[in-house]
Amino acid sequence: MFKKILLCLNIILLNIAKLYSQTELTGAGASFPYPLYSKMFDEYYKTYKVKVNYQSIGSGGGIRQLKAKTIDFAGSDAILTDEQLKEFDDEILHIPICLGAVVLTYNLDIPEIKFTPEIIADIFLGRITKWNDEKIKKVNQDKNLPDMNITVIRRSDGSGTTFIFTDYLSKVSKEWKEKVGSGTSVNWPVGLGGKGNEGVSGLVKQTPGAIGYVELTYALQNNLLFGLVKNKAGNFIKPSVESITEASNVKLPKDMRITITDTENKKGYPISAFTYILVYKNLGKANERMTYEKAKDLANLLWWMIHEGQKFARPLHYAPLGKSAVENAENLLKKLHFNGKILIQ
Amino acid sequence: MSFEKIYKRIIAIGGVLIIGLLLSIFITLFINSSISIKKFGFSFLINKTWDPVFENFGAFPFIVGTLLTSIISLIISIPFSLSVSLFIGEYYKDTIFSKIFETFIEILAVIPSVVFGLWGLFYLAPIVRNLQIKFSLPPTGVSVFTASLVLSIMIIPYTISVGKEVIKLIPTDLKEAAFSFGATHYEVIKKIILPYAKSGIIAGFLLSFGRAIGETMAVTMVIGNVNTIPRSIFLPGNTIASVIANEFLEAITKIHISALIELALILFVITFILNLIANNIIKKVV
Repeated sequence: MFKKILLCLNIILLNIAKLYSQTELTGAGASFPYPLYSKMFDEYYKTYKVKVNYQSIGSGGGIRQLKAKTIDFAGSDAILTDEQLKEFDDEILHIPICLGAVVLTYNLDIPEIKFTPEIIADIFLGRITKWNDEKIKKVNQDKNLPDMNITVIRRSDGSGTTFIFTDYLSKVSKEWKEKVGSGTSVNWPVGLGGKGNEGVSGLVKQTPGAIGYVELTYALQNNLLFGLVKNKAGNFIKPSVESITEASNVKLPKDMRITITDTENKKGYPISAFTYILVYKNLGKANERMTYEKAKDLANLLWWMIHEGQKFARPLHYAPLGKSAVENAENLLKKLHFNGKILIQ
Repeated sequence: MSFEKIYKRIIAIGGVLIIGLLLSIFITLFINSSISIKKFGFSFLINKTWDPVFENFGAFPFIVGTLLTSIISLIISIPFSLSVSLFIGEYYKDTIFSKIFETFIEILAVIPSVVFGLWGLFYLAPIVRNLQIKFSLPPTGVSVFTASLVLSIMIIPYTISVGKEVIKLIPTDLKEAAFSFGATHYEVIKKIILPYAKSGIIAGFLLSFGRAIGETMAVTMVIGNVNTIPRSIFLPGNTIASVIANEFLEAITKIHISALIELALILFVITFILNLIANNIIKKVV
């Protein structure tokens, strides 16, 4: 009996010791990939016993914490500008993890309305105000568009979704670029602001004739209607996991700091974007708690995320990385080091 | 040292700490908003544009929105909270009926603000939209008025909980004396209860006014978040607290963060000034 108790105690103590010896990586940032990341980190923990703690506090918050050296990695939907990179005291790498897209959702009983870049810009600039506007009618001749006012709904909170959408509009409309520009929060010419995807879709659902933009994952999970968008090659593309991955199959720069909105790919959905994990190139500079073992764990985790981890993307409606994106990400990860010691051979 | 002295000292330290905390919050806000204060100066208060992309920031529409929503919500809530306070504190004092009533009002006070916000968005906004259509205004549903309605419901419990306690405390001999002169119940309320409980009731209103000024989640869901000055209360607008909550997490540039912190500073100063005014009103009235 006594022996049994001792054995039990032993097992408990061993487990506690194991729990404490496990490395725990901490990250914070973008909320858009959060469901995918939690799935990935959970699966990774099951196999490799490395715990990852990720808090979805928004890209801006993640970037600030990375700068303040309180976390090991940051999640971000936006790429850092040269100016922002200068504020860090060491080089930062952008590792792409998956892709997402922004779709136009509306409150009309007509599925798959077609939009051209010009129409979208004009609606959000407040120039097209009726659904039966000649410009919309011209590309939707098979549909019976009603004589109804368009109410524009957009995000009120700063978000990566807004950044992707306004980045796209800045690329396709010169006027948008000069008047409004792109960013996580912008000075909207028209429309009502809803907080979060749920705020936007809530307002769209209850306002007849409303149009708004949400993430594709959110639209699919909630069975929202969404429109087709004409891409640079002139094809009307339905947003889907496949057409988003296609959008990233273009010539990519080595540092992956690129927005792929208005893609040149013929089959690509034009309002797509990468979501990134940002890390210090020299992980030794990340923070004071970083050790060689932890840095190695982080490098391995990122390697796993762009390879085996990709299979968890599709079921959650995220688009996996294309071939060239994975290659570029591999090359970036091979550059990671801990005070000079390369982490991935 | 005697117990008395130690006790006195602990209390004194506590008091100083609170003042120190308030001051340090003010100083932190001031230091962190210095970039924006330097760049925009006084024009920050009267500038009507809020443009994070081209870095042109002005707080005027938000100051207007904050004052509008909180004042309107206070006006809407006054008749309701006053009559319920009288109902619980005077007419049905200490009956089972008023106990049930009080419990429900307390529950109303602890509902999270996001629940009020969602309720406002999905239930109240369509009703307001019908009103707007009737008055041939743009049918947005969400507006300054919608936000004020939600806010008034949120602050009613605060006013009532203070008001009913003050009304209960009124000495019965005073009321009985009035009754013995042949005063009606209405006359007792008008001539005895309200004058006697005035300062307490007003304090309750001020407490809830403070809450209305700072409320964030519920307001941001139903106000429409449009960064312009609302030309009518049936049009969308925005408040200081709502802008800060919306944009702070994703603010990246230094000037944007600094401008948001300056907004917080303005909110701080507004509440401070309002409290000073309120204290003076109470002194004059009482």
